[in-house]
Amino acid sequence: MTPMLEIKNLHASIEGNEILHGIDLTVNTGEVHAIMGPNGSGKSTLAQIIAGREVYEVTQGEVIFSGRNLLELKPEERACEGIFLAFQYPVEIPGVSNTYFLKAAVNAVRKYRGEEALDAMDFLALMRGKMKLLGMDEELMNRSVNEGFSGGEKKRNEIFQMAVLDPKLAVLDETDSGLDIDALKVVANGVNALRGPGRGIIAVTHYQRLLNYIVPDFVHVLAGGRIVKSGGKELALELEEKGYSWIDEKAGV
Amino acid sequence: MVEVMSDKPVSEYAIRVYLADHERSDKAVEHHIPPRIRALRRSALERFCALGFPSAKREEWRFTNVAPLANTPFHLARQAGAGHLPPGALDKAGVKGLGARRLVFLNGRYDTRLSSPGEMPAGVRIGSLMANLAHADPQAEGRLGESAPWHDHSFVALNTAFIGDGAFIHVPRGVVIEEPILLIFISIAAEHAVVSHPRNLIIAERESQVCVVESYYGPSGETYFTNAVTEIFAGEGARVGHYKLQREGDRAWHMATVGIRQERDSACEAHSAAFGAGFSRNDVTAVLGGAGCSAVLNGLTMISGSQFADNHTRIDHAQPRCESQELYKGIFDERARGVFNGRIIVRQDAQKTSAMQTNKNLLLTGTAMVNTNPQLEIFADDVKCSHGATVGRIDDEHIFYLRARGISFDEARSIMTYAFANDVIRRIKPAPLRVLCEQIVLAVQDVPADFIVTEEK
Repeated sequence: MTPMLEIKNLHASIEGNEILHGIDLTVNTGEVHAIMGPNGSGKSTLAQIIAGREVYEVTQGEVIFSGRNLLELKPEERACEGIFLAFQYPVEIPGVSNTYFLKAAVNAVRKYRGEEALDAMDFLALMRGKMKLLGMDEELMNRSVNEGFSGGEKKRNEIFQMAVLDPKLAVLDETDSGLDIDALKVVANGVNALRGPGRGIIAVTHYQRLLNYIVPDFVHVLAGGRIVKSGGKELALELEEKGYSWIDEKAGV
Repeated sequence: MVEVMSDKPVSEYAIRVYLADHERSDKAVEHHIPPRIRALRRSALERFCALGFPSAKREEWRFTNVAPLANTPFHLARQAGAGHLPPGALDKAGVKGLGARRLVFLNGRYDTRLSSPGEMPAGVRIGSLMANLAHADPQAEGRLGESAPWHDHSFVALNTAFIGDGAFIHVPRGVVIEEPILLIFISIAAEHAVVSHPRNLIIAERESQVCVVESYYGPSGETYFTNAVTEIFAGEGARVGHYKLQREGDRAWHMATVGIRQERDSACEAHSAAFGAGFSRNDVTAVLGGAGCSAVLNGLTMISGSQFADNHTRIDHAQPRCESQELYKGIFDERARGVFNGRIIVRQDAQKTSAMQTNKNLLLTGTAMVNTNPQLEIFADDVKCSHGATVGRIDDEHIFYLRARGISFDEARSIMTYAFANDVIRRIKPAPLRVLCEQIVLAVQDVPADFIVTEEK
């Protein structure tokens, strides 16, 4: 079976400073991978590079997604190919309704795939189904994208967008940060509902807490721009117990 | 013949064209306009000649170079008829969904056939200024030249020297005209560069209400000059909405001044949306001449290529307990250049004044630029005034957010540009005009219904 995502010896830098020093990671369809690590270890950089953030320069290595060289694609092409990044800091778009924004996104993806644009009725039906899943208020749909949203609402909106866009690979960048336990459960339920044989998930997080609710198949520890340890879900518990200091020593940072 | 002074040497020939045209026009209007207006035209011509074209040495024109205009001979545009209009021009110049009351001006002159002022309540005048002057309407004659600063503004002086046609709107006491009155000004290409001087006069008497939308439009690729002046008088407790939509051709020169004079407890709004012209200068001056007035000044400029747009506003708080709110936003793409100068004067008597001014600018490229200059002059001590100016760019991270959802770079940029402009667009009250501005900023043909944002409570 070809893996869904294959990252080989990925080196990346920003403004001449190398942040990732050779990452290897393979995600097969149906798997959930957690990437944990201390602050500044390069977790978010990795997430953003997968989605195509152009401020990072890939200096070595490759990223293959469903057999395609991902690094050749623009961010919007990656999204259309089925990659979704749930942002750590979702952007506010004043004056543009959630509905409009999401419809523009859905129809951009559909166009890329050679499918007809959804009309207003079909789109509304799709949205309502997913809103239920995330316990979203319909009133939220007519509000400006993320404007005036609480931290929890923003994160929930990210997972809602993910549910509507139905990606093959979802990358969650610190989706748990800033959430209280109730909001965390809602977000985790939303993610779990999307787990399945057709989808891969990478959850980037600093804390083990999220992984109580989104139980990973694999856990990788990223430190100093390298994956220093990989294991099963029990590795997350070990980290919770011991903290990151022993990892730092191992990574030589 | 009067001598022309100028800060800079200008083409004698260009000036001679104005003077010769004035002489001809003076004879032509002799029997159509009252003696006072004819005298006003002559005084204004003398004033124009004394002022000359402004050079960059004058504070009000520091960043605005009019030398190419001063050196171009612009002939007074001839009267034109519907037959001279390129196909579709009238629709393009109008505002879809607006126009139950419509006045159309070709080369600055009223076109009866294309206009439909609509049913008018008793005493209301909506029509051609020239016709009303010819019929010796005392209102039309009486207020001209009172609120537009023709003594110290070269182009207002020039317009005043050529007072002829434009719109005349007079709403008597207590009358409310609900639907906006649309004024369409279309310039028509000629063999040589032409100028028109539309002159509009809007008088809203005590406790009346009126909304006027001016739309300026002309051909691309042609050098022509629109030199417009609108005077607005709002009587006690009157409500006036004024909107100016500028979509002139890409090589056009557009100079316009809106002069507002408000009496006690009146409320005026003056909105400007500037998208066209190679060079545009928009002056809005409001004198809050009675206690308890409110003035709202909004502006949106969006230009690209090598376009230039200058917005100068001046709010004069002359009386106590008045309120002014000003929001001007500019979007500059490619090599476009903008100027904003917002002056607020709070006179000694104007206690309990509240004046808020904001100017925000978005530069879409490294080559676009803007000069912004807020000026507060406060002579009263019990006032609440604020001003702020910003110049910024679209955050890469914002664009990335939209692209990461599958939206193309160009569309992402349009959406974020709209997000920047949205608050000033949302203040436009006539829905058809608001939708048109949304379409222009978003660069789309139709704005879908789901675009509408519900305000957060």
